[in-house]
Amino acid sequence: MSELIIKNAAVCDPINGINCEKMDLAVKDGKIVENVSSGADVIDAGGRLTMAGAIDGHTHCAGKINLGRLMSPHDMRMNPVPGLSGLQEPTPYTRAQSGYNTPNTFALGYRYSKLGYTTLSEAAISMLSARHTHEEFESIPILDKWGLTLFGNNWHVMNYVRDEQPEKLAAYIAWGLKASRGFGVKVVNPGGGEAWGWGKNVTSLDDVVADFDVTPRQILMGLAEANEALRLPHSIHVHCNNLGKPGNYETTLETMKLMEGVKTTRDRQALHLAHLQFHSYGGNSWREFESATPQITDYINGADHLTFDMGQVIFGPAMTMTADGPLEYSNARMLHAKWSNKDVELEDGAGVVPIEYSPKSFVNAVQWAIGLELALMVEDPWKVMFTTDSPNGGSFVNYPEAFALLMSAKKRQQIIESLPNLAVDRMVLPGIDRELDFYELAVMTRGIQSKMFSMNNIGHLGVGADADIAVYDIIPDQIDPGTEHEKLKKAFSATSCTIKSGNVVVRDGEIVATPAGRTYWVNASGCVSNDVNEAAMKDIKNNFRRYYTVGIANYMVEDEYLPHPVEITTEVN
Amino acid sequence: MKVITDVVCPFCGSLCDDLTVKVEDNVITDIQRACILGHNKIAGVCLHERIESPMIRKDGELVEVTYEEAIEKAADILANSKRTLSYGWASTSCEAVSKAIQLAEETGSLIDSTANVCHGPTVLAVHEKGSPAASLGQVKNRADLVVFWGCNPVHAHPRHMSRYSTYARGFFTKKGRKARNIAVVDVRETDTSKLADKYVQVDPGCDYMLLNAIRSVINENEDVIPAQVAGIPKEEIIELATMLKEARFSCIFYGMGTTQSRSKYKNGDAVSSLLYDLNQYSKSVMIPMRGHYNVTGFGQVANWETGYPNAIDFNRRLAYYNPGETGASDVLLRGEVDSAIIAAADPGAHFAQEAVRCLAKVPMIQIDPYHNATTELADVVIPAAVVGVETEGTAYRMDSIPLRMKKLIDTTFKSDEEIVTDLIEKVREIKGGA
Repeated sequence: MSELIIKNAAVCDPINGINCEKMDLAVKDGKIVENVSSGADVIDAGGRLTMAGAIDGHTHCAGKINLGRLMSPHDMRMNPVPGLSGLQEPTPYTRAQSGYNTPNTFALGYRYSKLGYTTLSEAAISMLSARHTHEEFESIPILDKWGLTLFGNNWHVMNYVRDEQPEKLAAYIAWGLKASRGFGVKVVNPGGGEAWGWGKNVTSLDDVVADFDVTPRQILMGLAEANEALRLPHSIHVHCNNLGKPGNYETTLETMKLMEGVKTTRDRQALHLAHLQFHSYGGNSWREFESATPQITDYINGADHLTFDMGQVIFGPAMTMTADGPLEYSNARMLHAKWSNKDVELEDGAGVVPIEYSPKSFVNAVQWAIGLELALMVEDPWKVMFTTDSPNGGSFVNYPEAFALLMSAKKRQQIIESLPNLAVDRMVLPGIDRELDFYELAVMTRGIQSKMFSMNNIGHLGVGADADIAVYDIIPDQIDPGTEHEKLKKAFSATSCTIKSGNVVVRDGEIVATPAGRTYWVNASGCVSNDVNEAAMKDIKNNFRRYYTVGIANYMVEDEYLPHPVEITTEVN
Repeated sequence: MKVITDVVCPFCGSLCDDLTVKVEDNVITDIQRACILGHNKIAGVCLHERIESPMIRKDGELVEVTYEEAIEKAADILANSKRTLSYGWASTSCEAVSKAIQLAEETGSLIDSTANVCHGPTVLAVHEKGSPAASLGQVKNRADLVVFWGCNPVHAHPRHMSRYSTYARGFFTKKGRKARNIAVVDVRETDTSKLADKYVQVDPGCDYMLLNAIRSVINENEDVIPAQVAGIPKEEIIELATMLKEARFSCIFYGMGTTQSRSKYKNGDAVSSLLYDLNQYSKSVMIPMRGHYNVTGFGQVANWETGYPNAIDFNRRLAYYNPGETGASDVLLRGEVDSAIIAAADPGAHFAQEAVRCLAKVPMIQIDPYHNATTELADVVIPAAVVGVETEGTAYRMDSIPLRMKKLIDTTFKSDEEIVTDLIEKVREIKGGA
């Protein structure tokens, strides 16, 4: 039995209401416990800032990121964040590392661990390619993972929504989660992916999807209700229609309002909005492009049924990757960039396009501001999840830079001064002097994830939680995050110590052990009656026989692809 | 008797997954729905002559030894070389590829797949311009125009046309062949071109010109096209471009006729560039006709584990990639390697003579179920189980869809994955002791 005690930790643990209090943390067999024996290993935190392992609740870490790698061999040598990017030699503990926006799997595991992250939520599993996602999961060392399965353009889903068969829809989703070993329901540009099968798109919640006779509004509502019927730990996770278009905030507002009517069956939000920055644009054209943060945050501040993540932009090169196929084609045309696409039969699409966010571009500068505005203008941090939609808005290795921006009005002001006047006129950031403290930052990087995914065992340091712990080289009362940006960034870029399931994996910013991580998946079949399941299976099998190019028997992800599984089951109350 | 359904065929990149195989007394007695190529591959496991035992070359002759002796000898070669070439790995599982990459990293080797002499230029084209693709089911369900460019599925991917393309019946294509037009571009008439609605015979090595001429028509710049391009009259070029533009969903399947002819990767770049413009008017995608059943899988695994899809050089300990310099043929033609490990491929038969000469000079380890030309040059021969028949594992279809290969019969042969795992252990032992 392994025992460990971290002494003199300045614990910041919002779930348990602890704000930088000096205390000891006892660890036994990978869990936080009340106390340990005198023979326990001792780590002296020396008063350093100590938080639960962080959770990236929306990242692209496995699956189509591999297409991003294939498109950008130059990315492998890129080294803008030394220690967290570029080519690195193997060590006795680590494999060779490559890349910046699209690092290899090993680098993903090591670098996230260095930042104090211990769990990742992959934003999109394409069902037909689910084995691929799980193969990459298994190749990413140290971290625990789960993935959200794409349902927003699925033929079964659209048929059941149109035919008003909510029970069969729920049965299909339970089956799909099992087939793909997914954790939750992801919806990307509902209806738009199917339209992209013919090179088209949808532009509003009420456009009719050709051949299927449903609207994005109906798809969203159907999926939200099925999600609740299955009592899934996470709400539907929505990438709204019209991503990236000037004036799209109206579609976003409509989507948020639509979900007011959803009755949740678990103690969490009814809707999570992904990378809200990309959906908070005003103006009717690129010329008129402006921040619509005030309209969006006004609504969110008065609502209690939703959460969102930022999708913060980081200046410099990034790689966009999304199931929003039509968006990526228009990105590529607009940016004159190379374009990859991958439609998946009966299910969804995907695209990958490189991008460079330039502080000289007025659009990019406004985008940069909107992410920060959203986090700072929403009063309650328990609605805000920190992300860059890595690597869409920028690589996760830049999180420390973004943390520093959220914690310092002065640092923001320094950057704003270098931006084009046109951009500054179109943003509201310059008037915001709010600075986050460590507690609020811990909410956005740990606490909210624990709640929004109903993962009671992670994201906090209470007794019984997984011993996923990050110790940063910061003495909370001896630093002024408002002015000491570099010191802050350095500390957040390489932990003094990261502990994963009770194992020390990072010491003084270096990887010292690489245990395998686990993969969570949700089995909701307990919420589906046998009769309904049988009826739905008849439809599913029929579609496989006639339209898929693989057999149903070869579609289900086998146990071999999850050597370290954690199955979460849901049941009817 | 055992009847195994939904068997995935371990022959070509079509990865048909609907075979039924009967097994009696651990012998395959019946195979249903496989094409002749797949049938021979699966049946051949029991019918064809195998490498029966591990062998080591002594005084010029291959002498039978145990697995342990062969692994030890092979590890000794790897541990004592400065520049090992690790090549092949296309007809094996992703799990074996993963181990092979680890072995390459630990021994500072250069690792490359058979894409080096096949669809390697396709990869370069993706670097340049991207990959506007789709899963094969999109073609089956939607395509009203299929173009085969520089490929001949009738012979190379025999069930492709019935399962995915020409004849496939899908949701929007219920009439199958009648629901779509087929165009073939090739340098000579083939059994595939005979089935086409439109056959275009391009002058050898001139695909790039033809692709760009079509693109000019798509972009309404046909006035810049001369009366004839690549041996094709202007009217025919306009006709082909119009077919593409007026289709609701088209797919260009392209083969080695584009990747290994003049202009190489620029041809793939030109297809991609054509689609980049064409998609403003109508939906169109491209899919490479990958040959070996899991050459796609090698690229996938290598990409996520190293950042690069092939031609990866670990000589500097970190991953270095520069195809043209670090491809298998490149290092062999420069006479740079001092040992080689070849698995699931036959460079002895398929590489340029100059490259094979280099291979013959250095100590070489072969891992393969069958005797082939490379065996004649090998110093250590390690027989392997056939993936998808005697052992399981993952393979990626030509459209990057992963499928699980089944184990159909028992074997005493070790799998590629086990052999490489043993090699890694042994090499560590030797290096640790040194």
